[in-house]
Amino acid sequence: MRLQNQTGAFQALGVALALMAVFITGGWGAAPSNAIAALTGAVFLLVIHHLLGWTRHNAPWVMALFLLVMASNLSIAGARLTMRAAPEAWFGAAVVAVWLLAWWLVAQLSEAPRVRGILGKLQALLAPILFGATLLWLWEVIVRALDVPRVILPAPSAIWARILRSTDILWVDFVQTFVKGALSGYAIGVAAALVFALAVDRSDFLRRGLLPVGNFLAALPIIGTAPIMVMWFGFDWPSKAAVVVAMVFFPVLVNTVQGLAATEAMQRDLMRTYSATWAQGLLKLRLPAAMPFIFNGLKIASTLALIGAIVAEFFGSPTRGMGFRISTEVGRLQLDMVWAEIAVAALAGSLFYGMIALVERWVTFWHPSQRGR
Amino acid sequence: MRNIFPVLTVTAALIAFWYAAVIPMNAQWAQDQARRAGTELGFAALVTDTMTQARPRLPAPHQVAHELWNSTVVEEMTGRRGFMNTGSLSNRSLIYHGWVTLSATLLGFAIGSALGIALAVGIVHNRAMDASVMPWAIASQTIPILAIAPMIIVVLNAVGITGLVPKAIISTYLSFFPVVVGMVKGLRAPDQMQLDLMKTYSASGPQIFAKLRWPSAMPYLFASLKVAIAAALVGAIVAELPTGASAGLGARLLSGSYFGQTLQIWAALFAAAILAAGMVALIGLIQRITLKRMGMAV
Repeated sequence: MRLQNQTGAFQALGVALALMAVFITGGWGAAPSNAIAALTGAVFLLVIHHLLGWTRHNAPWVMALFLLVMASNLSIAGARLTMRAAPEAWFGAAVVAVWLLAWWLVAQLSEAPRVRGILGKLQALLAPILFGATLLWLWEVIVRALDVPRVILPAPSAIWARILRSTDILWVDFVQTFVKGALSGYAIGVAAALVFALAVDRSDFLRRGLLPVGNFLAALPIIGTAPIMVMWFGFDWPSKAAVVVAMVFFPVLVNTVQGLAATEAMQRDLMRTYSATWAQGLLKLRLPAAMPFIFNGLKIASTLALIGAIVAEFFGSPTRGMGFRISTEVGRLQLDMVWAEIAVAALAGSLFYGMIALVERWVTFWHPSQRGR
Repeated sequence: MRNIFPVLTVTAALIAFWYAAVIPMNAQWAQDQARRAGTELGFAALVTDTMTQARPRLPAPHQVAHELWNSTVVEEMTGRRGFMNTGSLSNRSLIYHGWVTLSATLLGFAIGSALGIALAVGIVHNRAMDASVMPWAIASQTIPILAIAPMIIVVLNAVGITGLVPKAIISTYLSFFPVVVGMVKGLRAPDQMQLDLMKTYSASGPQIFAKLRWPSAMPYLFASLKVAIAAALVGAIVAELPTGASAGLGARLLSGSYFGQTLQIWAALFAAAILAAGMVALIGLIQRITLKRMGMAV
């Protein structure tokens, strides 16, 4: 019963069983010896850990050292295994063992007491980073071991090599699609939605009419207007920006209108007793109160913007741009280039989202959701 | 119901704006035609001409409605390949293309929401999953899946998976995320007091889940299902774009843009909008009935 209550006990059991399977299926002779040694050492430590019941009662540095040793064992075993291209029985068992060990580590990391300050923030990042690294490693190992054809799924290392080799093309595509198409469309769409929301806000009648219609329009497949926009604005980036404007407009509008209505009657009355003008009331009370809603809309719109700009390029574009590159390289079966573009898009999208989230923290520091947990 | 009058007014204003926009958008072409024919267009003639072009830059609302009617009811009733003449849906009708898209959407939506619910249950009950899966679920959404839809379709075709499933996979990917986020929030909605009460009853884990967490997650579930099904439809449409698929609303959009058939594009667009609105309304109806039976209706 005691064992069952410890975190990661089942994973530890799994690692031990998988290691036994490696031995039984003849991995002792076949496997790279240091991979097996690292795994065996890890299992040995695991058994000690669970038998002694090392938990959060131990000094933090003991735990940290222990986790560090486990992580290095894990990376040695993992790195050795990627060298192999041999889908034999022991190989599968060894991969499963490494995977379970990584899982065990993630479980330990997420259970460990949080350190205060900046180290604690880094600590919170460790578990997801380890999880992601394990996924990438599994991808690499499986692609290599099963010898998956390059035209179906390239390995992460091949994609990384491709990124390094063609930074110039990636940069040109990035400027064309993200900076010219997505960012300009995003700026125009958001500005238009904010201005429109302020205009709508002055009339209760318009607000009640526009909110349901706007909500309805926001749920529609607006991306389908891409061919129309290409027809109207030509092949170059203005048509992409137009699609982005159309996609971004309604989420921001609906959220802003909702946010401007979020103040209580009591608060508005207080502004009136101060004999505040409409502009003063807006600037000092209603706009700040609307900020959490507005930022919600901005975040939703940020992911839509990149998607809109890329998909619009499928309907016609100059010979550069992420969407253009993706659709042509798929045709030429250069999948590593496609994945390189995807990596750039994912990185750009995450950074864009992260920046908006940072500004949100700075603007709406007073909101409950921004307080430290 | 007090919103119905404002909503109708706004809709009417939108349609009026649309009609007003049709004239300048199509005027250029009408003037060119008139100049070529050596005639001068008066304002009235210009307006009627802009409303009736065969390939307008911006079709008038009634033209779109007419095209929708023609490519659904008329095509199936009287068309050479229509339902009445051949017993199967015509490949030129939007009913057929809409059904192709709808089936992929529904399959993807079903898988996606099941996956989303399962992930949310795991995240709520397992701390390791909470710490490691949730950041990646968020990160997974920054990958513009719609942009890599062509690659996924081509790759799956290469492995021998064709037809409905690749499109459904894209829909799944788009629809699982709203469900995860909504369900995590919903399953965590019961407050400490309610959880403590369950503990005083010495309820087991599954009992707490079935009698407290699951019921209190229902409003959140339906809200996110509405978002998810709209996303699933977008996924299915975009998945039909790049590979030269011959059927589906996305394929209609693409062929319309190749051949400059603006009416066809707009009709497909409105068919998609009607589908989306219909599915969201259907989920809303199920939500109302369910919540009413659970005594949670507002």
